[in-house]
Amino acid sequence: MKVPLTALDEKLGYTAFTPIDPESYFSDAYTGDLLSDVMGNAAENSILITIQAHKNSVAVASLVGMKAIVLCNGRTAASDMIEAAQQESIALFTTSESQFVASYRIAHLLGLS
Amino acid sequence: MQLIPINTYNSPTVILELIYRLKVQDVMTPSVVSIPLGTTMRQVQLLMKEKSITGVPVVQDKRLLGIVSMDDIIKALDFGYINDPVESHMTKNLIVLEDDMPVSFAISYFDRYRYHRFPVLNKNKHLVGIVTTRDITTRLLWEINHEVENLERMNQTTKITNGLSHKVHSFSILKLDFERAGFASTEIKKQLKKFNVFPRTIRRAAIASYELEMNIVVHSSGGRITAEYEPEQIIITSEDAGPGIQNIDQALEQGYSTANEWIRSLGFGAGMGLPNVRSVSDEFSISSTEKGTTVTSIIKFSEQEIGRMQTKEKESDESTTDSS
Repeated sequence: MKVPLTALDEKLGYTAFTPIDPESYFSDAYTGDLLSDVMGNAAENSILITIQAHKNSVAVASLVGMKAIVLCNGRTAASDMIEAAQQESIALFTTSESQFVASYRIAHLLGLS
Repeated sequence: MQLIPINTYNSPTVILELIYRLKVQDVMTPSVVSIPLGTTMRQVQLLMKEKSITGVPVVQDKRLLGIVSMDDIIKALDFGYINDPVESHMTKNLIVLEDDMPVSFAISYFDRYRYHRFPVLNKNKHLVGIVTTRDITTRLLWEINHEVENLERMNQTTKITNGLSHKVHSFSILKLDFERAGFASTEIKKQLKKFNVFPRTIRRAAIASYELEMNIVVHSSGGRITAEYEPEQIIITSEDAGPGIQNIDQALEQGYSTANEWIRSLGFGAGMGLPNVRSVSDEFSISSTEKGTTVTSIIKFSEQEIGRMQTKEKESDESTTDSS
């Protein structure tokens, strides 16, 4: 199932750090903080649910072909991370939810629950 | 006189196309030196000397009446009529070419009649030029040069079966430089994407290069990532300046890590780096001493994508640039 990235803001109330392309969709998600694990296992066109609020997450997401990063537990992105995300066209969000809560809510959006 | 070794029955197609496409008017020397009736053979002799020519047409009211050739002059000197006017001694039975005939006609005329030059007339029978064998060979050589140049260029494009061939990108990686980490992998990915490598292959190359890049950042005192793009594969090599891996077997085990707490907190050092690289590679090798570690990962393109890269390359022709 394809879900527009705007749903993360509009339906789940996550705060966006970057402008969101209304034409951009995701079709899967991956939860993880070990970047090598994300690199090796996350699917293309998915979103990354993580607490790794630094530039390297953007690099990994971009290399894997992911669409967005959701930072959990209220972690915010430093300006260099936001800049990198914009450059790589990766949407960047934050939420006060835990990775567990964010994961099941996003799974619900994807029609997986 | 030697024949022009080009003809309409056994020359290559390119040449055939050429000698039919080119018209006599394209090769002739236009605006010819000519003389009116009443000119003496002596005057013609002097004119030939002055202009360094060996034949002069006799023209009245733009109409060609005859040609005085070097032979005619020699005969006039031999037989003592060098001071006579041209009309009684010029060659009158002329073979002429028309300006819109293909050059192939001119070539066969030269081979058949053994004259050194033919006058060229237009539709109104006016003299518009003269064509010599030299005119023809010069123009043909010029055209053939041009064709060969084109062939060479086409040959080159097919030699580079795709734009990636034998391109090498090299990136130096600094110790603990998390700021720029991922740069090399991103560049490699962009390069592969540009040449229509399949996404799943790009992903494998991205994983290999990123893990190797992070290994240099996290574990070494600095090093270098080199990507060699070949027609059938990409070779990613990581070389660092030490301190080397103590136990390679352990390093290749999933979950084994020597990274410290801080590095782990960044999401690295999970002990998955080298195992990840090995699992995405078609060929993988590693060697290590305390002076440094070298890891090579080779990822092969599938036959399908090589085909795709080639077709795309032909379409986009010379759009390849080296981004290094």
